[in-house]
Amino acid sequence: MPRATSDAKLLIQSLSNAYAATPTNLKIIDLYVICAVATALIQVAYMGLVGSFPFNSFLSGVLSCIGTAVLAVCLRIQVNKDNKEFKDLPPERAFADFVLCNLVLHLVIMNFLG
Amino acid sequence: MAEPVSSAAASGGGRLRNAFGGVLCAFTLLLIGVVAFSIRLFSVIKYESVIHEFDPYFNFRVTQFLSKNGIYEFWNWFDDRTWYPLGRVIGGTVYPGLTLTAGTMWWLVNALNIPLSVETVCVFTAPIFSANASWATYLLTKEAKGTGAGLMAAAILAMVPSYISRSVAGSYDNEAVAIFALIFTFYLYVKTLNTGSLFYATLNALSYFYMVCSWGGYTFIINLIPMHVLLCIVTGRYSSRLYIAYAPLVILGTLLAALVPVVGFNAVMTSEHFASFLVFIILHVVALVYYIKGLLTPRLFKVAMTLVISVGLAVCFAVVAVLVALVASSPTKGWSGRSLSLLDPTYASKYIPIIASVSEHQPPTWPSYFMDINVLAFLIPAGIISCFLPLSDASSFMVLYLVTAVYFSGVMVRLMLVLAPAACILSGIALSEVFGVLTRSIKFQLSKLFDDSSAAVSASGDSGPESSTNSTKSENRNEKSETAPKEKPSKKNRKKEKEVAESVPVKPKKEKRLLVLPFELSIMGILLLIVLGGFYVVHCVWAAAEAYSAPSIVLTSRSRDGLHVFDDFREAYAWLSHNTDVDDKVASWWDYGYQTTAMANRTVIVDNNTWNNTHIATVGTAMSSPEKAAWEIFNSLDVKYVLVVFGGLVGYPSDDINKFLWMVRIGGGVFPHIKEPDYLRDGQYRVDAQATPTMLNCLMYKLCYYRFVETDGKGFDRVRGYEIGKKHFKLTHFEEVFTTHHWMVRIYKLKPQKNRVRGKLKKLKSNAKTSSTLVAGRKKNPWQ
Repeated sequence: MPRATSDAKLLIQSLSNAYAATPTNLKIIDLYVICAVATALIQVAYMGLVGSFPFNSFLSGVLSCIGTAVLAVCLRIQVNKDNKEFKDLPPERAFADFVLCNLVLHLVIMNFLG
Repeated sequence: MAEPVSSAAASGGGRLRNAFGGVLCAFTLLLIGVVAFSIRLFSVIKYESVIHEFDPYFNFRVTQFLSKNGIYEFWNWFDDRTWYPLGRVIGGTVYPGLTLTAGTMWWLVNALNIPLSVETVCVFTAPIFSANASWATYLLTKEAKGTGAGLMAAAILAMVPSYISRSVAGSYDNEAVAIFALIFTFYLYVKTLNTGSLFYATLNALSYFYMVCSWGGYTFIINLIPMHVLLCIVTGRYSSRLYIAYAPLVILGTLLAALVPVVGFNAVMTSEHFASFLVFIILHVVALVYYIKGLLTPRLFKVAMTLVISVGLAVCFAVVAVLVALVASSPTKGWSGRSLSLLDPTYASKYIPIIASVSEHQPPTWPSYFMDINVLAFLIPAGIISCFLPLSDASSFMVLYLVTAVYFSGVMVRLMLVLAPAACILSGIALSEVFGVLTRSIKFQLSKLFDDSSAAVSASGDSGPESSTNSTKSENRNEKSETAPKEKPSKKNRKKEKEVAESVPVKPKKEKRLLVLPFELSIMGILLLIVLGGFYVVHCVWAAAEAYSAPSIVLTSRSRDGLHVFDDFREAYAWLSHNTDVDDKVASWWDYGYQTTAMANRTVIVDNNTWNNTHIATVGTAMSSPEKAAWEIFNSLDVKYVLVVFGGLVGYPSDDINKFLWMVRIGGGVFPHIKEPDYLRDGQYRVDAQATPTMLNCLMYKLCYYRFVETDGKGFDRVRGYEIGKKHFKLTHFEEVFTTHHWMVRIYKLKPQKNRVRGKLKKLKSNAKTSSTLVAGRKKNPWQ
């Protein structure tokens, strides 16, 4: 048991060490993702309490959050310098794609909100 | 065309060749499009520019409505001409993709001052979209295996009989645009997978939206892509490109699908879609694992791995449990009947006679495979092998697509259509691979022939030959389509061909150094392949011209004294529209519902959108009841005319007598007093002298064979091939009002209620009846 806790401690420590090395812009994206996921969770919890009556509203709310999070993760993957696959993709292009995709997503959401 | 020669592109000659190749490729694609369009025009040339069959008439009617009333009226359209007295909400129950496409095309053409009728646009929608589909095939195959394979696959798809059968001019059905949407969605998925660009992911979601709009078959996409993602994860091919290709598609695709009224909340509520959500979660877990793996040292990663895996599994199990609970609480277990019959092929025939009664929902026979995909069936294995040789994400997707499509086509004839693109792509890959090997070795041998000291050439020969392969190939194709009808080699050749096709691509790849085959063998191989292609082209043209072009509302038959045209259907519908009141109701079996509303503009009781089984069963019961009971049923439905299709005089086999057993079965499924054994003599269905009395007295028999004996004096039924059982009888509750020229459609009118009856007992009875019908008659028709 003590070994497991020490392992976990070591793990958390090294994780936080490794994470501290990530560039600031990636950290901002991470924060954004966490924020979006938290909002989605709050909505799900609210749905559990109150019920899902205007189902399209609930659906568009939750999917809007998850969609934002997913797109932000995609952006993060693309602008991450460590990813060798996207070396020749300029971050501007990645951001433009991200904005386009978000635009489509939120147009659909607005349409679906009812 | 740009990439194959890029290694040698530094020199000016290489660039020139590159440009030449690009032009040639574009030109070939244009020709392929023209072929795809024009091979589907046989029906217009041989018959006329009409809408075919049953469902297209409904789509045509909807398009007419759309072009006349606009899009908002269309979404809110409540159709009171069908399913009387229930009606049908068209806007919310129809897949609007096809209608909107044709409506937009019509609007566009008219905005350009080209006055085409809605019907013309509808007739030519399918050929236009099959040209698009072959271009989409080019793009998809190019993503997987390069330009040569792409061109080959596009050329094959342009004329594959299976697809022609659904997209000849006039066959204005959902599948016509849906196959294009299907291939294009797959292309964008593979493209996103290869590039990892969010832009393509967005396009992919939009293309998926178009597919959802067009056809119920979109569930195939939303299950196949998750399967592929899962396959990639399991085989350790996870990449961040996979994440970008899949995760946005699920979110955007689900939202977009929910926008289509006919799908609506089903996009998140039915189990057809659950697989995608499950894989979505799995993908996130895997992505997290890979991310952490990048951050940590291997030893620590092991510790973290156990943690993440256990948490991930717990979440998965929780989600699965929730889903299972949800599914179990819904009455049909969340699966629609059609999907269930896909998973369990015997499901439909056991439980849902209305699905089983449609011939295109039956499992196919072996000859139909040969008929529909012809030589491709033999080329597919070679294609699979060459997909595996350098296995990439794209080629594994092709293989998975093929395997699932083969399974589904084995369940339902109709889904052969989904198999066709996969078969074309894989055969295109196989053929282009074989051509590549053969032409390369020819080139090598030739260069050896010209100068003996060609050791250097053999080394450089590996990079160059691709381009020459492509150009020869497209030449070959042109040659093929020209010379094809002339060549008629023996069957032996074809067999050899197959062997060549299957063995060749394997051999040379194994020994990378020795890519060379003997000169004579490669020449032979190329010739045989061209002959094989010739066979394929001949078969396709035959299938397009003879087998699949009949519009089925106009029939022809060839006999010694020339061509006979049977235009009875339109004759009957025209009679109905000219001689009956606008609000009269016409009862017929559901097959003719769409045509009656579209061509005769009369209200029908049931139609081909078989959404209400009870209503259909009521009509089936009426048809299989004796005259009086049937009259009562029809009268209660406010029916004025009854229409039956009868082929006994001219030998038209798909008439109502042959469909009658399904009426009995469907009717008996709801109204148990109709029993199938009553209509069968010793398990055999017959209408001759040995038929059961129930059979000989039912309404369908009487309406079909009334006065039939007057035609030849014996009552010989040409479809069944014997004399009918009961020849002389009179109708008491119906009167014949119209019979078409060849007796194919017969229309009867319900006789009005008798005013005066003789005899006391009868009087009492009929009094009771008249009062009840009077009440029924006084009821106001709510739909008027």
